[in-house]
Amino acid sequence: MTTEADRIADPWGERTPYDRGTPWPARTDRHLAPGLTEADVERWVQTASVLHSNGDAMDIAVRHGRVVGVRGRAGDRVNRGRLGPKDLYGWQANNSPDRLTRPLVRRNGRLVPSDWDTAMDRIVSRTRHLLDERGPGSIGFYTSGQLFLEEYYTLAVLARAGIGTNHLDGNTRLCTSTAAEALKESFGCDGQPGSYEDIDHADALALFGHNMAETQTVLWARVLDRLAGGDPPALVCVDPRTTPVARRATVHLAPRPGTNVALMNALLHEIIRRGWTDPSYIDAHTVGYAELAARVERCTPRWASRICDVPAPGIERAAEILGTAERLTSTVLQGFYQSHQATAAAVQVNNLHLIRGMLGRPGRGLLQMNGQPSAENTRECGADGNLPGFRNWQNDEQVAQLAEVWNVTPDRIPHYAPPTHAMQMFRYAEQGTLRMLWISGTNPAVSLPELARIRSILGQERLFVVVQDLFETETAQLADVVLPAATWGEKTGTLTNADRTVHLSDKAVDPPGEARPDLDIFLDFAARMDFRDKDGGPLIGWHDPESAFAAWQRCSAGRPCDYTGLSYERLHGGTGIQWPCTAGAPDGTSRLYTDGFPFAHPDTCESYGKDLVTGAPDEPVEYRSLNPDGKAVVKAAEYLPPHEDVSPDFPLQLITGRTVHHFHTRTKTGRAPELNAAAPDVWAEMSGAEAAALGLHAGDLVEVGTRRGAVRARLRITPMRDGVVFVPFHYGYWDTPAGHRPAADGAGRAANEGTITDWDPVSKQPLFKTCAARVTPVEPGTGTERHRTAHTARTARSAR
Amino acid sequence: MNALTVTLRTLHHGERHLEKALLAVAERHRTEHEVHHVATDLAGWSHEHCARLADTGHHYGLDLSGPPADPSPGALAGLRAKAAEAVGRRPEPGLALLHDLLDLHLAATRNSVHWEMLAQAGQAARDPRLLALTTACHPRTLRQARWTNTVIKQLSPQVLTSV
Repeated sequence: MTTEADRIADPWGERTPYDRGTPWPARTDRHLAPGLTEADVERWVQTASVLHSNGDAMDIAVRHGRVVGVRGRAGDRVNRGRLGPKDLYGWQANNSPDRLTRPLVRRNGRLVPSDWDTAMDRIVSRTRHLLDERGPGSIGFYTSGQLFLEEYYTLAVLARAGIGTNHLDGNTRLCTSTAAEALKESFGCDGQPGSYEDIDHADALALFGHNMAETQTVLWARVLDRLAGGDPPALVCVDPRTTPVARRATVHLAPRPGTNVALMNALLHEIIRRGWTDPSYIDAHTVGYAELAARVERCTPRWASRICDVPAPGIERAAEILGTAERLTSTVLQGFYQSHQATAAAVQVNNLHLIRGMLGRPGRGLLQMNGQPSAENTRECGADGNLPGFRNWQNDEQVAQLAEVWNVTPDRIPHYAPPTHAMQMFRYAEQGTLRMLWISGTNPAVSLPELARIRSILGQERLFVVVQDLFETETAQLADVVLPAATWGEKTGTLTNADRTVHLSDKAVDPPGEARPDLDIFLDFAARMDFRDKDGGPLIGWHDPESAFAAWQRCSAGRPCDYTGLSYERLHGGTGIQWPCTAGAPDGTSRLYTDGFPFAHPDTCESYGKDLVTGAPDEPVEYRSLNPDGKAVVKAAEYLPPHEDVSPDFPLQLITGRTVHHFHTRTKTGRAPELNAAAPDVWAEMSGAEAAALGLHAGDLVEVGTRRGAVRARLRITPMRDGVVFVPFHYGYWDTPAGHRPAADGAGRAANEGTITDWDPVSKQPLFKTCAARVTPVEPGTGTERHRTAHTARTARSAR
Repeated sequence: MNALTVTLRTLHHGERHLEKALLAVAERHRTEHEVHHVATDLAGWSHEHCARLADTGHHYGLDLSGPPADPSPGALAGLRAKAAEAVGRRPEPGLALLHDLLDLHLAATRNSVHWEMLAQAGQAARDPRLLALTTACHPRTLRQARWTNTVIKQLSPQVLTSV
């Protein structure tokens, strides 16, 4: 079956039902430019999606040197040919007329077109000057979740061993750092335990704060196909909104934002009380169970119902499904990761699987999800979080190993403290101790909390800002040097999805104008800086994607994310392959932890764990005494009230999130006509009862204000819990007259104008889903506006 | 008054002091967002410890006041918070923060040593009440001390090596 239906109206496409334990049928989705058929396509070039974390494999259609469409790869394990709306339409952004085609430099306060030599000279001379005058701590790098592995790895080597700075992080800090941290807390090391195939085998699925229907449409199509087939799974959904997932759920729990730990503790309480644990698994494979049992002893469903405002019988019913399933698969995403006590809550989902022995077997899957397409690579390359190859900065032997791979002395690699996280880098810039920030492939002027603060930091005279991107984003407009980058389809590299599947993405067409691949830009910088290893040879000895991949393979050897059995050749033609892929496991590894937890051992673990309240790292000696044999760690957490709660002035809770039509700050999806038309402007969502209490109607223009700022949006009435207002975070200012900030009259369009600067102390992930707000009317809606708010599939059920 | 009650009283005073000090640091360093939020959370632990010490104190003939009714740093704090925002753009507050964290660390460590003394007394006297109290509270005091040390460890490189 090959389909080319209107996938704006139906994001998930036609059903291909299948029974439990049988393979998911293929369905090939395709979209070509108007008027073209497959006969017009000159070449199909292999790649995978860069507009979400699912890793859907596809081929790019090329005609006359341009991208003219896409088609899903039916043979790939991840999507079996399916594509979501963002992939079917998003490729058009590549051909957008406003792509950056030349470097820009700031002259007399304005960004003006320049050339590569001038732009790179400016960067290199500023870098040298800062290194001489202020040292490596004055230079920071903030990268993305959308580049390729080869690019992150090169950046990690040049930043850590070249510049010698500890300040390197990715915007994956906003989407996936809690996933990484939760895995480290429980299993000693990052690495996704489960596999998408677990959905084929599960008899119960639990989605914790994961609106899969909109963030990973193809994976949700897989769930829908299970629900339509024989022996369908029960579905538990935890989400304050009545999302498409919630509407299909057997049990939907809609907790008050910020109370996930209380809810999880009550679920664990019930499972222990009813005797649904697996004592022999707990004995054989874990440490710390007794502390968990003691911690949740008093966390009854009735106790949690008061904190979470969820009926106790609902909690009991959900616990019964989770507790009695024989093959339980759970997924976790931003509803947990971007909320109060993020890591503590995500760790409790790990605990659920540990105390029930639900790991390492088909259908017994745990998926701590990612938000961005190559977030996994940012993590494993050490461009976010720990050192490359999931190495432990507190373990001198692992640091020495890394130094050997790079042929430098260990003291060249900063490891006196954990790598600096993004929010701390911005703080250093605010204080003036960080003087250069090189931002690649991300848009903090829209995506970070409290935007007025971020704009004022980036706009400082004393901070030298380099931005490397496809378009003149809001952030680029604040830069001193802007470097035009090539994107997906215009360069070659690999990327790894949320279930460890590595895909090759081949170059299909040339980049526009003078735009260059991010890898080439980093290599050019390294060459101009003349970074050397300890024997005087070049620190970075590779010169193209394939040689960079080979360098990474050496770095990954023996670590959990072992790539040594992979090659570009093996990744060509067939399906993506899941790491670890080694000589011993040449076809990759579908599930981790089928037989114990080798990377929880004190010698090999990536992390010794952290205090779930303060984020303070444990010391090696403590970890060794707690977990001498390398078992999984069952880690209990106490519920703490949110840092910013509602008050008479700000009586509502603001949560931000995603919509199915857009990715991140819309730099690409806002330039794809179908996606832009489907969701052209920001909106706010409230429940009917909450709106009625405020005298508001669908279509009214409202202001959603917090102590920090406000956004103006049309109101939509949707089913969700009362007391909450939802605003999608994608919208900024690049397509408004003011360019990078709200217009002079102060009406913001970016949800992050008002979000709070607060982050999980453990994962350092900012909390976009726990702050206090108020909603006030600006002007009533007209009939058309009321109609317009109801025009997408998702809001067609609007109350009016 | 014997040595045990003196120690209880001293620790009670120490926890009262630490709660206030944590809240004062939270207020003074509002622009250090993680310090602000975590210090506020950890003040709650000292508050609870103080209440428990007062409860237990009754059994030893002590009349301790318990946690302060209004532990907030007072009117001056508002001014300090404003000052924090005004100087938030300069590097020197980094050093002021390190010194504040050092004071917190020493206060928490001092409390921790007193908890250790009480725990030892509880063991020697086979006093279940005292043992229950120290078992519940001492780990959290250690976590307070660990946190302050961690923040100092993580911020010092930037504060002390930047010009």
